[in-house]
This record gives sequence, structure tokens and C-alpha cells, in this order.
Amino acid sequence: MTVHFKQDEPDNSNRLDGMKQGVLGEPLPRIEGLAKVTGTAPYAAEYPIENCAEGVLVTSTITRGKVTSIDRRSVLSMPGVIAVVDDEKMCTRAAQGTANEAPTQGPKQVCYWGQPIALVVAETFEQARDAAKHLKVEYREEDGAPLDPNAVEPEGQEDETVHQGDLAHAMAEAAHNVDVTYTTKGHASAAMEPHAAIAQWDGDKLTVHASLQMLNYNITELAEALDMEEENIRLVSRFVGGGFGSKLGISEEVVAAALAAKQIGRPVRVVQSRQQVFQTVMRRSETTQRLRLAADSDGKLTGFGHEALVSNLPGESFAEPVLQSSHFLYGGENRELMLKVARIHRMTAGSVRAPGEAVGMPTLEGAMDVLAEKVGIDPVELRLRNIPEQDPEEDLPFSSHKLADCLKQGAEAFGWDNGPRKPRRRREGEWWIGTGMASAARVHNIAEAKARVTLKADGTALVETDMTDIGTGTYTILAQIAGEMLGLDPKQVLVELGDTRHPRGPGSGGSWGAASIGSAVYVACKVIREELAKKVGISEEVLELSEGKTATGESLTDLLEGNDLAREGHYEPGDIEDDYTASGFGAFFAEVRVNHYTGETRVDRMLGAFGFGRVLNAKTARSQCIGGITWSIGVALTEALEFDPRDGHLVNCDLAEYHVPVHRDVPDIEAVLVEERDGAASPIQAKGIGELGMCGGAAAIANAIYNACGARLYDYPMTPDRVLAAMPD
Amino acid sequence: MADTITVNGTAHPVPDDPRVSLLDFLRQHIGLTGTKKGCDHGQCGACTVIVNGIRINSCLTLAAMHDGDSVTTIEGLGTPDEPSALQRAFLEHDGFQCGYCTPGQICSATAMLEELAANWPSDASESLEESIAISGEEIRERMSGNLCRCGAYANIVAAIEEVAAGGRS
Amino acid sequence: MRPFQYTRAPSLTEASHLTAGEDTLAIAGGTNLLDLMKLQVETPGQLADINRLGFADIENTDDGGLRLGALATNTETAVHPRVRADYPVLSRAILAGATQQLRNKATNGGNLCQRTRCFYFTNIDQPCNKRKPGSGCGAIDGVAKLHAILGTSDQCIATYPGDMAVALSALGAEARISGDKGERNVPVRDFHCLPGDTPWIENVLEPGEVITGIALPAPVGGTQIYRKVRERSSYAFALVSVAAIIELTDGKFSRADLAFGGLAHKPWHDPRVGKCLLGQPPSDALFDKAADILLEDARGFGENDFKIPLARRTLHSVLAQATEGAA
Repeated sequence: MTVHFKQDEPDNSNRLDGMKQGVLGEPLPRIEGLAKVTGTAPYAAEYPIENCAEGVLVTSTITRGKVTSIDRRSVLSMPGVIAVVDDEKMCTRAAQGTANEAPTQGPKQVCYWGQPIALVVAETFEQARDAAKHLKVEYREEDGAPLDPNAVEPEGQEDETVHQGDLAHAMAEAAHNVDVTYTTKGHASAAMEPHAAIAQWDGDKLTVHASLQMLNYNITELAEALDMEEENIRLVSRFVGGGFGSKLGISEEVVAAALAAKQIGRPVRVVQSRQQVFQTVMRRSETTQRLRLAADSDGKLTGFGHEALVSNLPGESFAEPVLQSSHFLYGGENRELMLKVARIHRMTAGSVRAPGEAVGMPTLEGAMDVLAEKVGIDPVELRLRNIPEQDPEEDLPFSSHKLADCLKQGAEAFGWDNGPRKPRRRREGEWWIGTGMASAARVHNIAEAKARVTLKADGTALVETDMTDIGTGTYTILAQIAGEMLGLDPKQVLVELGDTRHPRGPGSGGSWGAASIGSAVYVACKVIREELAKKVGISEEVLELSEGKTATGESLTDLLEGNDLAREGHYEPGDIEDDYTASGFGAFFAEVRVNHYTGETRVDRMLGAFGFGRVLNAKTARSQCIGGITWSIGVALTEALEFDPRDGHLVNCDLAEYHVPVHRDVPDIEAVLVEERDGAASPIQAKGIGELGMCGGAAAIANAIYNACGARLYDYPMTPDRVLAAMPD
Repeated sequence: MADTITVNGTAHPVPDDPRVSLLDFLRQHIGLTGTKKGCDHGQCGACTVIVNGIRINSCLTLAAMHDGDSVTTIEGLGTPDEPSALQRAFLEHDGFQCGYCTPGQICSATAMLEELAANWPSDASESLEESIAISGEEIRERMSGNLCRCGAYANIVAAIEEVAAGGRS
Repeated sequence: MRPFQYTRAPSLTEASHLTAGEDTLAIAGGTNLLDLMKLQVETPGQLADINRLGFADIENTDDGGLRLGALATNTETAVHPRVRADYPVLSRAILAGATQQLRNKATNGGNLCQRTRCFYFTNIDQPCNKRKPGSGCGAIDGVAKLHAILGTSDQCIATYPGDMAVALSALGAEARISGDKGERNVPVRDFHCLPGDTPWIENVLEPGEVITGIALPAPVGGTQIYRKVRERSSYAFALVSVAAIIELTDGKFSRADLAFGGLAHKPWHDPRVGKCLLGQPPSDALFDKAADILLEDARGFGENDFKIPLARRTLHSVLAQATEGAA
């Protein structure tokens, strides 16, 4: 039985606070944690499937053109080689997040260097890997593919464009103004588990173990790619070794494995090499951004401008949504926002953790630091003065707004010195030391979600959904929500995720997972509580459940009388989505040291304070926050995709030369979780936290670099060469 | 008699194809998938195992080069029923998120504590000659061969510090 | 990785004999070779495993120096009590490179022979004169941030990526090489080659020759510093590195052995740089003069232009640190 709840109004009943088990929000260790720390949790490529052949993708060595011939004989005589697959249904790009349709297919048409064009299948991985390098491919290359985003006429994105008032006039009249242009380099998700799939057919039924974030969308994407019915497909992603956007849509190996398994009549495993993951999945677009801020003598914004240029392949719908939080974070009645996309033939651009704010916030918050200096006020104070009463562009209230609390609590916890700020005031040996801060904002997303909760006759519970846990803590928070509602120790709640046989959730992405699927579990549990209350003869509102019993001592097992009680919760966001501007907010504080001679920057300590609605598990929520802050360090200092100027190929396509932060780059990090209940965000009053921690943090570091050594940089990442170039003598 | 590699106390024959890496041998040939393949080029540390007491990247060595050697993998350090001190500490401190780098982090940390006990210096050591004090900076430098993209580093260091100080034993 | 025959070399003589063949490579730690074989940058038909041939000891020499076995691992070398006490620049250089896992496997001999990390060398679908003579250099006019500013040619601008050999150059160490024609010693300063018109020739090893050891001279004392500038705080190749052995007598430089990493196709040792310091008291002007000499012929390729000022400043930092309190 399914119970549907469409939310049109905020839910400020705080029902979860009235429950008696007392486990929600508690910092419980992850329920799947023992499996992970002992190496017994199975990831996509690790299922022991008998008679499984091994496939390795072959990728193009031209930028744009056609594959004119593939000489199968060049590899079919090699030891162990079973087949060469170059089916027209093969995908040449990964699907964008929530695409819900097949990604671009047809491997004969090449649109970027490194694009998958075929799959070689052999008995062993070693044989397939070697044969893939030997496959003889001929091309007809089309010269002149545009590669430089600054050298083409970009397309405008109308729905992102805002013209309000007269910004040019406001800038001219302003007591203080800032007009600066930033650049950011591309980023890679670089999830630790490479993209992998094992496909097996049983007649016309297909099962794929894959590493995917959003099975509900992925099954549709795969069905369309293979031209088959969803009913005949089962996708399994019980453990996903990191996603960060790169596994939102199906990627090339999933379709290739399915086609190959069909062709050879055996299961086939395809694991992308690390270099292939870098080159074939998704890049975050590089950006060029112009920020204009006009302020009165008190620092109050009168004008706000943010224009961004991003890039993608022709035909891709995704444009890095750089301006997402700029639309509402600060006031300023004269506004100009504009997003443009350059069509170039580098690999596909798509979602990488916190698409938009990950690069839009570090530039905006850098510009705010410049403004604070011009106005001559503390940068925390500047932010506090510019928090708008309501959405500055649309006539909408905020669902809940914790920026001021985050700024104040964060400053307090960090020990922020709000005295006069001048660069180059502190030096230890070769190192300049300084501090910086920035605001955080990340739009709140929420989606339709379904989950089945079964209260078992033995007094335990089972939660089932196709929702994934990509490391965010979904397994654990769902056990906590169900445990809280049903009066059970979370250890008594079995959570089964990542299987399309279960009711469909929205998947993990855009930080919407916890609030969406958590609400579906909440809806299901609420109905189960109503059934139990009926059995007791009281109303659900006064039913108290804890430790498997009612307040009057009746046990759940007695009430169930030997029967399971199962309900499917179906949550759907209604008018709340349109009636409010909803966002997570926060503040970052950093202390860095910059070497006077070499321009090397090290982060000595960092703190973030975040308001993201109800905390479902203080341990996993904190981990999400510090994970985001760790990414902020990468954005600020080390991460940059480099593309060859002549053929557009991604040059630094491995983990040695694409510099994700290592242990030593990351100091002790503190996270302050600011108390909040946002009833207009979701019935469980929670918002997302997976991305907020990196939405602006890089600017706290950049601003600290300036405060430390006087080098004001407008280009991320702030590598030693760039810091040195900006360093005053 | 065929050449063998001893893994977690059990001897296994060396594979016929010399191209098989120690990592693929563990994962594909003897079914020990706890050791992870993250990059296959020694750049991420997810494949870290302990060979004859020393931690190495199992992806950058051939199984054939290890006949007679004794290999310890994550499965050999502890089990869900009997986890090691480090495994328990990682769980308590949330020293992981997606879990994919975790076996490598734990194998690495296990051997790293031995290296510290043997007073091996690191790039972070103030002095090469005096006895080395365990510090956050020492642990971070010594663990820098193990990438964690989820960003659990701060928690991993906290877990290791606790065990280094004698906790969770 | 192409199929190959794996052979455990039973003796040094046999190892020499095997590797004298065109298609056979010796494998020790394998951390660089297997990396490149997976990418098919290296495609030997046979691997001769030399790991169990002995020469892994670290021993005192008659002249008070130290002989490092070629098969001793980088870790064994860096943590050896005598290396730590008498050759700290070497310990420091090794510890600044790679990761503990890699250093635990990589050998001293292999470290000397490691190949460049140039993006175009490791991608077999891109041009590279080093990997495929005559195919062109992808890095010139390409992405060249990590590339060389000294000793380049129009054929190749790759750098030697290691740290250990930079310290060995500063120390004046010698490589002991064994081949079918017998044994010879080659100063590490002369071991690596500049690219010239033959960028595929990276060192002086002849076919069939195997490095068996590295001889360190008797300890020279002084202040020993290895300074590595990199984009991450650990586990990244050097943008610039400096190995320095500095001694002051009566407030003037009496020893200044300097070698540089990240600047060239080989550890860069220009004797004029140290020589200009000798007999002079430390000063900013003197440090600048040393940098002028070092960088006299430096040439950037756009993205790596920054290495010229960075090398200057890093040298300045190292000399200032080494002479702290004396200036």
C-alpha cells in the first residue's frame, strides 16, 4: 500500500522532535561501516559472477570526425580475445544528471579526443587491455574544431539572465565599487572508485551491477540506450565508491558492457581505466567571471553584477550554473546577471560536486573581500549588512535563513579578529600568515521519492529503496529516521539500497538525497504509526514508541500479532518548491601561510559554520561538511584540468598530475552545525549538506592569502607561480 | 612444486600470465576484493597491502615477483566480528565516507605505525637523528600516499592518532 | 601491457647477458617501469627480474664513505643511520619524493633510471621524440608547466623528475655500473644526458649494463638542505628543487655544492654557481649573482616561464637558510 504526500505547505510541527527513541541527529557510526573498514562491502566490479569476460574501452585519437574503419582482425587473433564491439548503440558521453534519456550514441561520430569508440572483450583483463591498444582504427578527421572557449561566439542562457534597474549607473554613483574578472580552471570529480559495470543477461532480462548515483534515472537512460523496456532491466549499486556528480547519469561502460554481454552470450565486466575516467566522463567547465559590486558608504550594496562564460560540447544541455546562489545571496536593487556557453570540442562538461556554486561562490566572495577593504569594514560585517529580507530578484520569502547565525557563530568559534585588517602583519621565518573568511550558499533541491518500510512481526524494521549511498550516510540516516519514528534502535532497522527492484528514490545528487528520501521514509513510518495507534486505540499524535514498546508497555511484536506491516511512502514536493527561495547557508574561516620566496600556500586551520536544516546524524553531517571544506582547499590551491591547445585533449588525466588534496594539504578542520528547522524545505525539516561545504570555502583561503602576503589573486587555483606573480616585493 | 604467494596465511599458486599485477591477483584470482583498484598506477594508494611487513602499492608490482612472499591485506587485519584497533577507530571517527579508499588507508596506517615505532623519519620530521614525536603533521605526511576524495582526512588522522596513543586495543 | 617473458636473472652476469638484448629490460622495484608498461610506453618482450641478485646492502667503504646497494630500497637508504647522520641531504631528498609506499618498493638503481613525467611522453597517442623518435615534441607549444628551462633542445623539453639524484649530484656520488665489458664508475653528475638530438637517450648505460651500487664520498659535513617546491604539500613532482651543502669558514663560503631539480633533463649541476660563492661572505647581492649564473641561459616555454624567478627565489631562500646568522 502506497501513501502519497504532496507538500504544499511548510511543516513546522516538529514531529520528529517529539518522538521518544532519541536517535535522530545522534552521531551514530555508519551502519555499513564495519563492512567498509574490513573490505567486505562489495563495489560494482567486485561481484563474483561466473564466466565473466573482461572488456576494455578503446578511445579516439582525433578530436572531431568519423571512424571510417575498425579492423577487427587486428585483434581477434590475439590470445584470449573474444569480440570487438562497436555497436551504434554505444554511448560516447555520459548522461547528464537527471537526463532521464540516453546520452549521445553512435561511436563512429567523434566529437572529442579520447571519446569511446569501441570495446574489446577478452577472457582476461590483461588480454583485453593489450588488445584494446592494438585495435587498428581509421578516421576521417574534420579539422578546425573550436577548442578555446574565449575564441568562439558564446550562446546566451536566457533563463539565467537578469536585468534589473541600472547597474552601470549604480556603479558610477556608488561610494565604493568593485569591478573584477576572475578565472577558474576545470575540475574533475575523481571519485576513488573508477566507473565500472558488470552486465549479465538471462534471456531478455538484463542485470547490471554498476557504480551509479541515480538509479531511478539511470534505468530509463539505459533502457532508452538499449531500446528495451525498463521492466526487463535491474540495476544494482549497493556501494558506490564516490560520485561527486560523475555517476549521476549512465556512463559509457554501462551500455558497452550490456551490449557486449548480449553479443557474446556471457557476462561482461568493463572497468574504465583512471585515465579514461578522467577523459570520458565529466569535467567541470573552466569559467571566466566578471563581478561588479556597487555599495554606499556603509557598504550596503546598491548594485550587483555577475557574468560568467562557461563551455561545453555542442548539443549538451548542461551549462555550469555559476550564478545559482548569486541570484539571492546579497541584495542590491540594480542587478545584472548573465551566463554564456562557448561550444567547444573538449570532453563533456557536467556536474562536479556543487555545480555552479563551487566556482561561482569563490569569485563572488573574493570580490566581497575587495569591497570590504574599500569600504573599510570587517568582511564579516559587510556580509551581515547585505543579507536581504527576501529574494532580491523574485518576490519570494526565504524558507529559513541562517547566514547571519553562521557568520556570527563561525567567527566566534574561529576566534575571528574583527579589528582593522591590513596585509603582511604577521611573519614566521619565510612564511606570511593571515586569515580570511567567506560566506557559503548552496540552493536547496528536493525531489519526489518513494521508499517502503516494513515493520516486521519480530519487531525489527526493513527500509527498501533504490536510493544510493555514495558515502553521504544514507544507510545510517534512514535507519535513524525509521528508528526514531517506530521506536527502534537503528541496529534493529535493516536498510536495503541501490537496487531498482525497490521503490524508486531520487538518487544521490544536488544534495537532495537525504531530505527527499528521508521524507519518503518519514511518510511511510507515519502511516505505520497510524496503524499501530489504531491497534492501541489512541491517535497517532500521542503514540509514544521507544525501545520497541509503547508508553504503556505494549510491545510492537504483540501489536503486530505475527504479521508484517508494510507501507510505501511517496513524498512529492508541491507548492513549497515555488513559494520559497530555499538554501543552505554558511560561513568559512581560514588561516593560511604563504611562503615569501616560493609562493607555496598551506592552510593551517579552517572552520565552517553551516545551517542546513535538521541534522539527521551529527557525525555523518559533520563529515560531509569537512569533506566539502577539503574540496575547497583543492579549488583554492591545487586542482586544475589542463587541455592541449591543439587537439583539446585532457593532458593531466591521472591522479599524479591532477592534484586532489593529499593528507598533508588538509589541516584539522572544524565544523559548526547551526541549529535550524526548515519546514518549507521538507517534512523532516532538513536540507542538503553534501555540497554546501565547498560553496565559497576557496575564497576564505584566497582572502587569507591576500591578508597574509598582500597578493590579491583573481585566478583559481592559486598555485605557487600565480602567487609569486602577484606577490608585492 | 609451483611457486606460491602466501596471503593472510594461505598459500596460493603464482598466476601463469606474468602480466598479472599483485593487485589483480588478489582481486581477480583469489577473490580478495577488499584491496581496491583506484588508479592502477601507484597514484592513489587504494591498493596498499603489506608485503613481508612493508606497505607497498600492489598495483605497481607483478604477482610473479612475489613468490615466497607473505602478503597481508585488509581481510587479514580484521573481520566484521573481530575488527582491528584501527578498523574500530576508523568506524568511530568516521574516517571514511564512500569506503573505497578505506582498506588502503587502514593497511597503510597499520604499517605506518610500525614505521614510526622503528623511528623512520619523514619529510615532516624536524630532525633526522632524534627520536620522532608522533604528531598530526607526521601522520599527514606519512599518509599522503593514500588519497581520499570524499575528504575524510581530518577524521582519518583523528582515528590514527587515537590508536597511536594506545586507544581501541 | 604487452605479453612478455618473465625471467628471474640467476646472476649478475646472466642479467647483463639478458639485458644486452634489444627486447629485454631489467626490473627491480618496478614502480616506474610497470607504470609505463601498462601505458605501453615501454613494451619489452622480456623482463629480467634482478631483485634477488644481492647488491642490496648499505656498507661502509674503505675511504670512510658509504656504498648504497643499487637494490636497496629508497626507504632503506633514507632511514639508514649513516645516511641520516652523514648525508642528510640525501635522506631529505628521498623523503621529499613520491610516497612511503613507493619508496618502500623503489630501488636506488631504478630511481636513477626513472623516466620523465612529461604528459606527452606518457600518452602514446601524442607526439614525443623521446618515445617515438621523429614524431615531434608535444610539449613545445603544448601544456608545459612542468617542463625544463635549462639544457633543452628543439627536440625535447622534458625534465628528469627525481629528487634522490639531485642530492647525489650535490654530494658528488658515483654510480657503480657492471656490464659484459666489466665494471666502471660514473659520477652521478655525468650519468644523465641532455636531450639534444637524441632525447631517447637519457643516461650513459650501455645495453647489458646494470647499476650495482652508488658510492658516496667520505662525509663532507656542512649544512645540508634539500628544498623542494611543489604544488601539493606532499606527493607531487618538483617545480624546482635545490640540494645544497654549504659551509662557512670565518663568515665566508668555504663549501657550496649545489644541484637543482625540476629545471632540466638531468639533475642540474653547474659548478660555476657554487664557485662564485666561495670566499665571499653571504649577502643578497651574492645570492643574486649565483642565481644570475645559474639562470644565464634559462629559457621558458610560456607556461613554465615562472620557473626562472622561482628558481632564483628558491636558491635565495636556501642560501639564506644555510647561512642564517652569518650574514
